[in-house]
Amino acid sequence: MDDLRQKYLDAISGAGDEAALEDLRVQAVGKKGEISLKMRELGKMTPEERQVAGPALNALKDEINSALSAKKAALEDAALDARLKDEWLDVTLPGRDRPRGTIHPVSQVTEEVTAIFADMGFSVAEGPQIESDWHNFDALNIPDHHPARGEMDTFYMARAEGDNRPPHVLRTHTSPVQIRSMELAGAPLRVICPGRVYRADYDQTHTPMFHQVEGLAVDTDISMANLKWVLEEFVKAFFEVDGVELRFRASHFPFTEPSAEVDIRCSWEGGQLKIGEGDDWLEILGSGMVHPKVLEAGGIDPEVYQGFAFGMGIDRIAMLKYGIPDLRAFFDSDLRWLRHYGFSALDVPTLHGGLSR
Amino acid sequence: MKFTLSWLKEHLETDASVDEIAETLTDLGLEVEGIENPMARLREFTIGKVLKAEKHPDADRLRVCQVATDQGEKQIICGAPNAREGITVVIAHPGVYVPGIDTTIGVGKIRGIESHGMMASERELELSDEHEGIIELPSGEVGDSFVEWLAANDPSKADPVIEIAITPNRQDALGVHGIARDLAARGIGVLKPLDIAPVPGAFPCPIGVNIDDGLKSGGAPHFTGRVIRGVKNGPSPQWLQDRLRAIGLRPISALVDITNFFTFDQNRPLHVFDADIVKGDLRIHRLEEDATIMALDDKEYTLSAGMMVISDDNAPESIAGIMGGAQSGVTAETVNVFLESAYWDPVTIARTGRELKITSDARYRFERGVDPAHTLPGLEAATQMVLDLCSGEASEVVSDGAPVETDRAYALDTNHVQSLVGMAIPADEQRRTLEALGFRMEGDMAHPPSWRHDVLGAADLVEEVARIASLTKLKAKPMPRPQAAVPKPVLTVSQRREQIARRTAAALGYNECVTYSFIDAKTAALFGNDGGELENPISTEMSHMRPALLPGLLQAAARNQARGFMDLALFEVGPAFHGAEPGEQHWLISGVLIGRTGPKDVHGASRPVTVFDVKADAEAVLASIGAPARVQILRGAREWWHPGRHGMICLGPKKVLGIFGELHPKVLREMDVKGPAMAFTIWPEEVPEPRSKTATRPALHLQDLQAVERDFAFVLDGDVAALDVVNAAAGADKGLIESVRVFDEFVGGSLGEGKKSLAITVRMQPSEQTLTEAEIEAVGTKIVEKVVKATGGVLRG
Repeated sequence: MDDLRQKYLDAISGAGDEAALEDLRVQAVGKKGEISLKMRELGKMTPEERQVAGPALNALKDEINSALSAKKAALEDAALDARLKDEWLDVTLPGRDRPRGTIHPVSQVTEEVTAIFADMGFSVAEGPQIESDWHNFDALNIPDHHPARGEMDTFYMARAEGDNRPPHVLRTHTSPVQIRSMELAGAPLRVICPGRVYRADYDQTHTPMFHQVEGLAVDTDISMANLKWVLEEFVKAFFEVDGVELRFRASHFPFTEPSAEVDIRCSWEGGQLKIGEGDDWLEILGSGMVHPKVLEAGGIDPEVYQGFAFGMGIDRIAMLKYGIPDLRAFFDSDLRWLRHYGFSALDVPTLHGGLSR
Repeated sequence: MKFTLSWLKEHLETDASVDEIAETLTDLGLEVEGIENPMARLREFTIGKVLKAEKHPDADRLRVCQVATDQGEKQIICGAPNAREGITVVIAHPGVYVPGIDTTIGVGKIRGIESHGMMASERELELSDEHEGIIELPSGEVGDSFVEWLAANDPSKADPVIEIAITPNRQDALGVHGIARDLAARGIGVLKPLDIAPVPGAFPCPIGVNIDDGLKSGGAPHFTGRVIRGVKNGPSPQWLQDRLRAIGLRPISALVDITNFFTFDQNRPLHVFDADIVKGDLRIHRLEEDATIMALDDKEYTLSAGMMVISDDNAPESIAGIMGGAQSGVTAETVNVFLESAYWDPVTIARTGRELKITSDARYRFERGVDPAHTLPGLEAATQMVLDLCSGEASEVVSDGAPVETDRAYALDTNHVQSLVGMAIPADEQRRTLEALGFRMEGDMAHPPSWRHDVLGAADLVEEVARIASLTKLKAKPMPRPQAAVPKPVLTVSQRREQIARRTAAALGYNECVTYSFIDAKTAALFGNDGGELENPISTEMSHMRPALLPGLLQAAARNQARGFMDLALFEVGPAFHGAEPGEQHWLISGVLIGRTGPKDVHGASRPVTVFDVKADAEAVLASIGAPARVQILRGAREWWHPGRHGMICLGPKKVLGIFGELHPKVLREMDVKGPAMAFTIWPEEVPEPRSKTATRPALHLQDLQAVERDFAFVLDGDVAALDVVNAAAGADKGLIESVRVFDEFVGGSLGEGKKSLAITVRMQPSEQTLTEAEIEAVGTKIVEKVVKATGGVLRG
């Protein structure tokens, strides 16, 4: 019986594949296998002989069976190893291309600005870009022949023959949306109005179309000191700095009184702008207290209500924040520029997660 | 507006430094754009004396000088012919920057001999163009500061020039006197009053003046003048020349320089005629017919009928208030002159100036409005200066019209000022401010001075008080939110849609562009041309409002292709225009897809883009903004789409949510785009607003029973729409059929010409009990019936 055991264990261990293993199984423990046959002979033995040979044969059968399955597992592992070895890939090959889209800086910055002002209770208003002469000028206290009209490089729309109304204009600023918002919503009111504006000017730093955001807050007790606070908070949040110093300089806009240009303290070192430190001042926007005539034009009683307004260039603050050098490139759609200065689709600016990353 | 510090000090008694003055001006709203300060530039130069000058042993033209300086005796090599013993010179020590040669001096060796500094010429210090030799000072002690010597001995050369920007409302600051008044109101010094005494006339004025009746109440309210005879029109004195030169004007002759001086000194433009050329009287009138005039800038202008001019008996001699005529202009030989000081209506001047495209210092001032009360005093002051500088004898004054009435008054509400500005400015300080600016206070009523045309209401008083009080001092004050708690969302449905659509398109791989709202006429015509046209486009490339976003995107695509980028996915979200009236604009989202899905790659995944790429993208964007999933796909879009390869995504025949497809090859050819090009456009405003106002989702009913899928293939006519097959199949048992999906299309081949085979998978989801084979068979039969009936096809055997 020891010979039998040794014979099969050697054969199993030497089996080269699963088929050989199966042959061995049939030979050894199959129905007519050598061990099975021997077990059949147990019936012919005396009970004493049987008591010795029975367990021994059963043990042998178990041993052979486990040897078979161990060898089977080993063969399977070896086969898998061999297959996996064959399946080697050059993983330095590039991954499958995924298209990568981008968000334009103007859209991104508009959302940033919106996030900040929304938190201070400003909603977003829009208005027509082909605008009536009245909304773009008269209602904003810029009567005909006011020098400010000449300085705005206005685009006029062609009129049909026989149309004797003043020509419509492409809005030269987002300020007419102030009027439309007041007409629509009355007071109290807090809105920002981002959007395209147009001026007939094209050179290194000017494009005939650019983007502005207007802000307007009207209530019974809003003061210029509130304006300064709102702008300080905005600048801190937008430029993501802890502190910032704003300088209000008296200026003139027909639609605000008093009016102020607003500068922020900054430094330029090696072409790098740093907001909130240094000895330079950077002009970023114009602002003031809404002129009573403008409130009136918007249907709001200037005896009861007062408020502030401001306007700044979205493209300009985008250039400042993200170090984009050339305004003209904003509107050129050069794929290289869009990819370099664009933002990922999932980079949604939020106040809790941060505006930029 | 430019002026010098010494000029300012003629009107303002002050010890303030240039820097302090500049800072104050900016703060007052007279923004300083630049300061040219020789004092700052030349601060490090000192005075020295040449003790010994010997010829350089190795150079004929160079001298080796021993110079006494504030740093002791120095050896300096100098090439100037006048470098000699005993002269007093200006020294730049090593380390000093010399502006005229843009160099910082170092210790050098010239032909073997060391040189420790430099002796400067006037040009090297940018004091003049003089470069014949080094500066020889007539006085000065060794070691003195050169700029201090200049300030004491030749002040005009040390005079800082300040340039300020003038906002349209500040006509009064277009003269140095007005600027001084602002500074004085702030407390930077004391305003010196103009000291003007009338000059008595020695004889009646031989030239009369008449303003046409219609003009006195319109374009020319007031005109004054007088003849001055026997003048000598030589060069003006040095001080006057220095001043004009400092602000960038070329001195011409005493008479011309005087008129320029008053323009900038008192914002009082004047004109001088050669009285011997003026024939008869001067008449201020509107031209009855077109005329030409040679103006003082030596250009001929064509004046149209109706423009306001000053004529003598011959012809127009001056474009009133804008520019004088060359014919009657003064020359060096002029002996008798007529001096004009007039007040012109700003609107008339602005209109004429704009039409003639003449920019002059006079027009600039008159169209902003000069002080109407200063017409006659200006004439008197100028007369005195002509007599002083050119001698001669003045006639009596002639005039027509009268100064326009400017008196008006507005109530100063000192509390309102404080509430509006948010700054505590005591009431008496507010009054004092206005008075310092020339306002006359009568109780609470403030009467603006005649020179402040811009003050037209109580709000303007606030501005004056605030800017003099200084907005720099304004302290920020928090503005509470309208409601104290967590802010509510502010965006409207369409604003949110715009953001989501934009980010969806970017997530699908498109690059967002912002293209101009205007395009050229040819391209506008290709896309329906209904956006309106500009009256004054900046170029022919930008003459029409875009009727769609695709033109701009295709132009962008063409530019990128020209740069070698052939695989493009560009999109834009923005307005397009369907008319030239306000409000005739609508929001669009458009994308173009050109070339391949990506660069050729090792995986063989790159392939040319197809209509079904943009279809999927359009559907994804539409889904992102909440468009319903069940839509119709119709054909028949506008002519810039490929007639057979586009679809309109519709809710009914008139409700188009979007279009996808291939663009017409003709359009691409016209726009130099290498096609084919796929595109989509979505009208987000057409997508219905969500009906449900709740965030709660409908309940989810999951079926435990096994779903069954069965495939069917039909042979159909080639033009049968797949969607019709799908809809017909889905309609066989709406309760049971969960989805129908096309999974194969096969055209032609053994099927024959004009035929195609379409294979669909129908997924059935039982809800009550597992389907039996017989039930499945029954539904299958019904599906085949429905499809056959709807399409005329047959089940493929």
